Order: sequence, then structure tokens, then C-alpha cells
Amino acid sequence: MGVERYVVEDRTAFLQRPDHRTVRVVALLGLVVLWELITRTGLVSSLFLPSPLGVLAEGWDMARSGQLVVHLLRSLERLAWGFAVGALAGIGVGVSVGFFSLADAVVQPIIAATFPIPKIALLPLLILWLGIGEASKVAVVALGVFFPMAINTYAGVRQADPLLIRAAVSFGAGRFGVIRKVILPSALPMVFAGLKLGAGIALLLLVAAEQIAADAGIGFLILQSGNLMETTKLMVGIVVLSLLGVLSHWGLAGLERAVIRWRHT
Amino acid sequence: MRVVVDRLSKSFTDRRGRSVVALGQVHFAVEPQEFVALLGPSGCGKSTLLSIIAGLLPATAGRVYFEGERREGRPMAAMVFQEFALFPWRTVRGNVEFGLEEVGVSGLERNERARHYLDMTGLAGFESKYPHQLSGGMRQRVGIARALAVEPAVLLLDEPFSALDAQTRALMMEELLAIWTRTRQSILYVTHNIQEAVFMADRVIVLSRRPGEVLDTVPIRLPRPRGEHQQGDPAFIQASDRIWGLIKSQAQAALLEGDTAAEGG
Repeated sequence: MGVERYVVEDRTAFLQRPDHRTVRVVALLGLVVLWELITRTGLVSSLFLPSPLGVLAEGWDMARSGQLVVHLLRSLERLAWGFAVGALAGIGVGVSVGFFSLADAVVQPIIAATFPIPKIALLPLLILWLGIGEASKVAVVALGVFFPMAINTYAGVRQADPLLIRAAVSFGAGRFGVIRKVILPSALPMVFAGLKLGAGIALLLLVAAEQIAADAGIGFLILQSGNLMETTKLMVGIVVLSLLGVLSHWGLAGLERAVIRWRHT
Repeated sequence: MRVVVDRLSKSFTDRRGRSVVALGQVHFAVEPQEFVALLGPSGCGKSTLLSIIAGLLPATAGRVYFEGERREGRPMAAMVFQEFALFPWRTVRGNVEFGLEEVGVSGLERNERARHYLDMTGLAGFESKYPHQLSGGMRQRVGIARALAVEPAVLLLDEPFSALDAQTRALMMEELLAIWTRTRQSILYVTHNIQEAVFMADRVIVLSRRPGEVLDTVPIRLPRPRGEHQQGDPAFIQASDRIWGLIKSQAQAALLEGDTAAEGG
């Protein structure tokens, strides 16, 4: 009689999570194709749901006529200013609150009290203070970006490894040397997380502000097209917003990889 | 320069508000070009002592001073940390140059000195690697090169090889001895390993457990250059036995007490 063998098999196979790269692409394309097919059958009026190809054609026309570019540039300008001002202020406040205990004592309660306010609620006040022009819209975007930046930077600063701070001090670094050479680099991953969060919030607030008080911009374009029942134009605006969101995320992720080359993974 | 630890003592306040004496009255000196090992059971305050000498912790009473001619641009002490404490965002070269930047060495000289100590520690060819790309042994070489580069009056090593595997540790000890033979940089080497202390040092200062006090100073009369073959030498065994005799009861008491709340090393 032969000896029976029991071969050990990998029992964790069901725990594996393959990447399914093609499925990712096919799923997105499939949705668009399904959408196109639905509109072709005529089941849904194009007034309510314009076809993807129609949106693409309209977008192309609007781009060629310069109409889209005007709105896009206005929106981008507000985004850029608001994002830059909010991010820089947030990083500055986050670092000082994280490092200096006095700044912590002064600023922490103020941030805790103002952070929960939906920033768009401040737009009327900002318009009163800064006028109906660009400044009020930039300010509301900046406010929206400021809070996640300040809070994330603060967390990043607090997480700085005390051992590395001690090492820097042992080699002669003073207060600002420690901030520049240890605290800022160790806070960078959190700063980038804040930037990505802020980018989403900035887009949201920008569109809201442009729908409340503007005569140009993607938000304005969407609102106006809706009022005129030009659903295809409206959809062009939405697609542009989606692209803006995706591109800003990609851009920040690329910048992060370039700046934080020293990270493990 | 000569380093004098003058009747130094240190007390902490623990979590329950009780005062814990970490260091009793510690009194000793490290002469220029000398290799001194500071040995004691865990929880004897040897790392605390080293931190006080490095200026990273205030003493409760007594003081540490340096005697002799001060050379321009040379710090009093430089530290090699048990956990390496390399800056992950700096390359090997960047880490080695850190202390030189803080001392104010100009770019060109900084480059030259970094190269010199990178060569000495066997890091040539690894200059542009980041710490996470290196093995533990290579990381600690960076730690040693960083501390050597500032040419301090005394080099402080806090259990520098205890995070390494046994083979790497043996190699690193020999390399450190070779470097010391070449540079005659005075060294204060903290360890809890008797063989390590006897193998390398001119003198071994034995500390008692908490409150840490100097139990005795054991001169090591082994010829240099030292090598592994000396581990069977009567002088080696005699010195090891004498030190073990001093700390055995201390170590047993520490083992039973199991309270290492105040300090790790």
C-alpha cells in the first residue's frame, strides 16, 4: 500500500485583490456607451439627457467660438488665487500653531469655532466687505482651502519625530533651523494631503460662488444654461468641472511624487 | 579637549507626580583621544547622562564642562543615536553635511569634508541614496559619518549598534575601532554589553542601576590594535569578569523590578 500525500495549498488565494486594470477602463467606457445608447433609442428626451457625442460636439463648438475659454479662464483665475492664498496662509498658520505653544493657545480655539461654518454662508458678508467683484469669490475659495490646509499642516508638524528634532538640535540647529530642516519636511506628506482635500473644496466653493454672484465662469455657465434649458451646454460645464477635478488631483499627486522622493513606498 | 562630568545628578517627576532620581552623583572625565565606555544595566540612566552631555536635557544639579583650547568651528559634542535618527528626506551626503551646515562650513569645504568622512566610513558610492534604501549597518555608518564630520571635542555614541544583527555589530565595532585609531577622536561609548565595552575601550566606567552612580572604573590593559583573537586573552576575561561581578546583582534587581518607566537605556 502506498503512502498517502497531502500537499499543502495556499489557502489565502481568496484574500487576494488583483488590480483588474482593463475592467477599470471598460467600466467607465461602458457607462458612456450605455448613456449614448439610451439617448439614441429616444426613450429619454435630449432636453433631459443629451447624448455624450452631442455634449462632445457642443463642447468642441464652444471651445472654437472662444465661449468656453472665457468662462474657463475666469474660473481658473479665481481658483488659482483662492487656492494659492488659502494654501499659503494655511501652511503658515499650521506651522506656527504646531510649533509655538503661544500661537496654539491663541489660534486653536478660533479655528475650532470658525471651522464648522459652511464657507459659502459667508459669501454675502464677503460681498459686503469686498464688493461683488473677483475679491469676494477669491476670498471664499481661499477660506475653504485655508482650513483643511491649516489643520493638516498642524497635524503634520505635531507628528514630526521628536528623535529627529533632537538629532537636529544636537548638531546645532536652532528654532528656525529645526522648523526649516526637520518640521517642514516631515509635515510635507500631510501638507499634500491637505492640498488634495483643499482642491476639491475649492472647486465646490468656486461653482457655488459663481452661481450666486458672477457674470462669467463655469458655475455661471451651468446656471445660465439651465435657466435657458440648454441642457447640452450645461453638461459641457459639468464635464469641464469633472476634468478640472481629476486634473488637479493628478497634478498634485505628480507634484507630491516629485517633491517627496524620499518616501518609502 | 577634556570633558568633565562634575557631580552631575538628574531627577524626573513621574506620571504620578513622584520624584524619581535617575542619576545620583556622577563624576568622571574623558581625556583627549581617549576611548571610554560607559556601561550599566538597563534603567541606570546612561542615555540620560549622554543627553545631558550633548546639551539635549538639563541637569538637576552639577554640570558638564569642557576644558582646553577651543578650536574654531568645532562643536563640543556630536551624537550617534541608537535608532540612527537620520533625516529621511536627505540623501547620505545631505545627512553627513547637516552638522557642517549648522556649524557654518562653506559649501566647498563642506563637500570636501563630507567626502573625506564618507570614504572613511565606507560610504563612497552611496552618497545619493536615501536612508530607507540602506541596510541598518549602512544607516549607522551614515550616523557615524555625520557625527565625525563636525570633528567634535567628544563623540558620543548611545548604544549605536544595538539595533543591528550580531554579525553586522561585530563588523561595525571593528570599523569604529579602526576609525578611532586613525582619528584619535575622543569617544564616550554607552553600552550595556560587557564584551563590547572591553573590546573597544581604554577604560570602562561602570554605573549602578537607578539612581545611576559610578560603581567603579575598570582600565582595560589590552594591546592595540585590538582584534577578535583577544577575546580569549586572560586580560580580556579578567576585565569582563570584574565588570560582570560589579553589575550582576544590579542587573538581577533590575530584572525583578521590571520597572523601566522612567527611562529606556
